[in-house]
Amino acid sequence: MNIVVCVKQIPDPAAPQSLDPSHNLNRSGKLILDEADTYGVEMALQLVDKAGSGEVTVVSMGSAADVAGLRNALAMGAAKAVIVSDDALRGTDALGTAKVLAAVIKRESPDLVLCATESSDGYTGTTPVQVAELLGLPSITFAKSVAIDGTTVKVERQTESGYDEVTAPLPALVTVTAGVVEPRYASFKGIMAAKSKPLEVLSVADLSLGDQTGPAGARQVITDVVIAESRAAGEKYVDEGDGADRIVTFLESIKVL
Amino acid sequence: MALSNVWIVIEPSSGSFTTTSLELLTQARTFGAALSAITWGGDASLATIAGEYGATTLYDVGDLVGALPGAPVASAIQALIGSVGAPDAILVPTSYDGRDIAGRLSARLDRPVLTNVTGLTDDGGLVTEHPIFGGSQTVKARFTGEGPGIFVIRAKSFVAEASGGPAATVVAAPAGDVGATGTSTITATHVEERVGPKLEEAAVVVSGGRGLGEAEKYALIEEIAKLLNGAAGASRAIVDAGWVPYSHQVGQTGKTVKPTVYIACGISGATQHMVGMKGSKNIVAINKDPDAPIFQIADFGVVGDVNKVLPALIAALKARA
Repeated sequence: MNIVVCVKQIPDPAAPQSLDPSHNLNRSGKLILDEADTYGVEMALQLVDKAGSGEVTVVSMGSAADVAGLRNALAMGAAKAVIVSDDALRGTDALGTAKVLAAVIKRESPDLVLCATESSDGYTGTTPVQVAELLGLPSITFAKSVAIDGTTVKVERQTESGYDEVTAPLPALVTVTAGVVEPRYASFKGIMAAKSKPLEVLSVADLSLGDQTGPAGARQVITDVVIAESRAAGEKYVDEGDGADRIVTFLESIKVL
Repeated sequence: MALSNVWIVIEPSSGSFTTTSLELLTQARTFGAALSAITWGGDASLATIAGEYGATTLYDVGDLVGALPGAPVASAIQALIGSVGAPDAILVPTSYDGRDIAGRLSARLDRPVLTNVTGLTDDGGLVTEHPIFGGSQTVKARFTGEGPGIFVIRAKSFVAEASGGPAATVVAAPAGDVGATGTSTITATHVEERVGPKLEEAAVVVSGGRGLGEAEKYALIEEIAKLLNGAAGASRAIVDAGWVPYSHQVGQTGKTVKPTVYIACGISGATQHMVGMKGSKNIVAINKDPDAPIFQIADFGVVGDVNKVLPALIAALKARA
């Protein structure tokens, strides 16, 4: 059971975020492994463990100036990492990103591809399915549980009103929610081992994708970025035992009561 | 170039279409373009509803025989473009299946997909609005490439309103070539029972977060929701922790709500959550951290322990009943 997990290194969501002059997310600061991706890494490690053989490869696109996030995935237990890093990729949209990731995944020909449902910084939520389409794979999105049964992947998929049991033959792509497993913390031993694990950095030229990536491939222009109409903070009371009564009074004032 | 032909993907849902689907049709009527809708399931009676909201043609992909909609619907749209020509734009609701369809269609047509759209106007071509950084800023973008652009639009961006048009003409969509991509199959469906009004439609939403401390305390949220004839919601943190089912989640990856009042209990206000509720008419927040971001958008905030304030609130509401 060989599994590829698509991961992304993102600016720390806890730090203030901004756009650069070309309207791309400012990624100049420290990058971390998107927490949303840690669930896929953990799920993959558990599935490989259960299968008794195979390995987990993490695949990424973005700046390789800081690879602490990828090392984090390796420290959790992934065997190797591949990142496509190229200035020509700045401004690449979801489809361009999917083309890059699909080209790398194809080289690995895994049994299963796992992704988060969406990244925490760009959150378009379409890249995984675009990857599946480009690779000709079936996909199951929004998994809250994943199991392998022979050559079939069995998933509990969230729906608007509950969940569906969905199956697909391998190879397949599955996107996992944060509820799927509890990610492990990297052990000291894992962190030390990660330092010597293979981490390959590729350029766009290595994948022969031409002008399908970067802003030329994105085919949309940002015309304006405006401050949204903001809600002003209203009254704030420190509860001194009368908090509930004050809420009732407020609900009366807006005629909910 | 003005829009002349727009397609809207509308998702069937228990004898009608999802509300977001009808919101998209309503907004598309402002474009002055010919509107065709694409659906699946083979229920010809739905042509009346599609027509009432402005579609003149309803392309039906038919019974999916248990397949997840993403691959078969995207391939049918591609085949349809092959037979009747491409529209200027294709609008898709933000939902589990909507995102699957849009992603697959984008890769099949080699056209970009613009997601998280909350504003869509025709200004000599489509201009979109996308909230970023938890809704504190709005990006405005114009699609510049060769069409059709694919737009994935968030729930409650527009208000659904029927126009009283005649029933749409139902046309069977040609079957596309799905190959292995169409092999994801639903083998069982589980519906989680809910009582009271639906989360997306309730005038009062009471939501709980990590600040409740433990799963059992969510009962306080449910009781207040019931006393106010509202719906109980949740932050992503407690859904992921398994305290409540996903169908309760409010936020970026959950439901978008715009009730008369939203009561956030023990929710700090991550951007993920705020995107889904900041359109509420009134916001009440209870949190023990006076610096919690939720207070920045709350009309009425109580800095206090939810496990003291909520039982007192239940008692006060019961005393009124």
